[in-house]
Amino acid sequence: MAIAKVCGLETEFGIVVRGAENNPVTASALLINAYVAEAMGSVGFDREDESPEVDARGFRRALTLEPDPEVESMMANAVLTNGSRYYVDHAHPEISIPEVTDALEAVIWDRAGEEIVRRSMLAAGRALPDGAEIIVHKNNSDGKGHSYGCHENYLVDRALPFGRVVGGVMSHFVTRQVFCGAGKVGCEAPGREPSDVEYQISQRADFFEEEVGLETTVKRPIVNTRDEPHCDPERYRRLHVIVGDANMSETATFLKVATTALLLAMVEDGWWDRIPLLANPVSAIRQVSHDPSLRATIALADGRRATALEIQWGLLEAARRYAGLHGLEPVGQAVGELALAQWEEVLTGLEHDPESVADRVDWVAKRRMLDAYSVRHGVGPGSDRLRAIDLQYHDLRPERCLADRAGLRRLVDPLAVEAAVLDPPTTTRAYFRGRCVGKYGRSVVSANWDSIVFDLGHDPLRRVPMMEPLRGTRDHVGTVLDESPTAAELIRRLGS
Amino acid sequence: MAERTQRQRAGRPEDEATSDTAASPGDVAEARRRREELDDLLDEIDEVLESNAEEFVKSYVQKGGQ
Repeated sequence: MAIAKVCGLETEFGIVVRGAENNPVTASALLINAYVAEAMGSVGFDREDESPEVDARGFRRALTLEPDPEVESMMANAVLTNGSRYYVDHAHPEISIPEVTDALEAVIWDRAGEEIVRRSMLAAGRALPDGAEIIVHKNNSDGKGHSYGCHENYLVDRALPFGRVVGGVMSHFVTRQVFCGAGKVGCEAPGREPSDVEYQISQRADFFEEEVGLETTVKRPIVNTRDEPHCDPERYRRLHVIVGDANMSETATFLKVATTALLLAMVEDGWWDRIPLLANPVSAIRQVSHDPSLRATIALADGRRATALEIQWGLLEAARRYAGLHGLEPVGQAVGELALAQWEEVLTGLEHDPESVADRVDWVAKRRMLDAYSVRHGVGPGSDRLRAIDLQYHDLRPERCLADRAGLRRLVDPLAVEAAVLDPPTTTRAYFRGRCVGKYGRSVVSANWDSIVFDLGHDPLRRVPMMEPLRGTRDHVGTVLDESPTAAELIRRLGS
Repeated sequence: MAERTQRQRAGRPEDEATSDTAASPGDVAEARRRREELDDLLDEIDEVLESNAEEFVKSYVQKGGQ
């Protein structure tokens, strides 16, 4: 039986400063610190136990003498009351949403993350000289060959051999971009000219050079092997997915997470042999991205060829059969059913009338704007104004954001998003983390994904481990948290 | 995959070309609705697109991340 697909998203945002020194590292720190100073109750994030060099294939990366770019980023690093982590990673502000149990919750906290960034821009603006502003984009590329990620994480049963995971997700990771690609003007693939591709489906596809590997910043692999579960390593893996685009469309985020979680559940339940294998995933991911007509075929391992849509129809059909036999409990029954219905609707739309999904699929919505703008203003391929529309689609300033004006369907309640800016999900350990930060912030010395350290005013510090992602929910600890006025009382009751 | 592909193809009711030539009144109304929507959208883009859009794009350089 597949395990619950606890999941999360981590978004690195693009950042620029206008009207003052444009240093992305200090600007990111200012952005985060300004927000944290205004929002109560966030604490330092304890990175002591993080070991990003551990590989799922069972070995450690050789240490190098390169300066660690993460050292300088320690300047802003906070855990928020909604259970998320907000920090500077490399030269970008990044939000890791709290662990959630289904794709709809992922959308809610992802959208809450956008709202946190908007509030951060306002807060930072008050700290900047007149006329200066920090501008944040939820995109994955600057159009000049530099990329930054929107990563996904999924809880996977440790008993499942990693090779099965790779085979289970590869064809999906190459083809799911047809509904969750964010669209991009031009080409950034190594060795290619920007003008080689007028418009492509994915922001990220140009940057993938390996099938499987540990890297995230160079020679990026389609399937990342980082083995850092942030929970009980005997029982779980955390599949770290780096291949996706950051989405502005709620449906795109929803389907990206829901379909991937569902495929992983299928693989855990032994359905890996229903999933097609590709002959050359790295060239295929670019072929698919560079062909918005959706007609290009890619080579399967058995010698046949299929379009990305045909592969997606095959995956959907397998998922439907799986759902009929096993149910959808690992991804949430109702959410899984919604995902199957939306998946089919979007594939049908892409096949027969792509413009009909311009309200759900980012790359289609963006292309619609670009095409219409080209006609009205008589601008052609290569125009910087088209690149500006591409960029501004992802601009998080409400007065500038083009995605907000694209008529994208809402999938989740805006009030739920508003609440999720401050409140954690109730369904995972993020509930315990967020509530502790909110209620006992002064006693929380540091928090990590899998533990919280309290200072009760007398030695020693008390570390509360959270190795089980589905413990620490509201059902589990809500009453104890409600009834404990102090951290000391909480620790006493948890220990008894 | 091959059977699936076949079925997909066979399962399509009519070719797009057929439905184009025999557009129903509903299709015409839908096309008009989309055109009007798009016009409004373009007006909005003209309004909010950075006035120095070209400059903004040129100066938009990020450091690579993960």
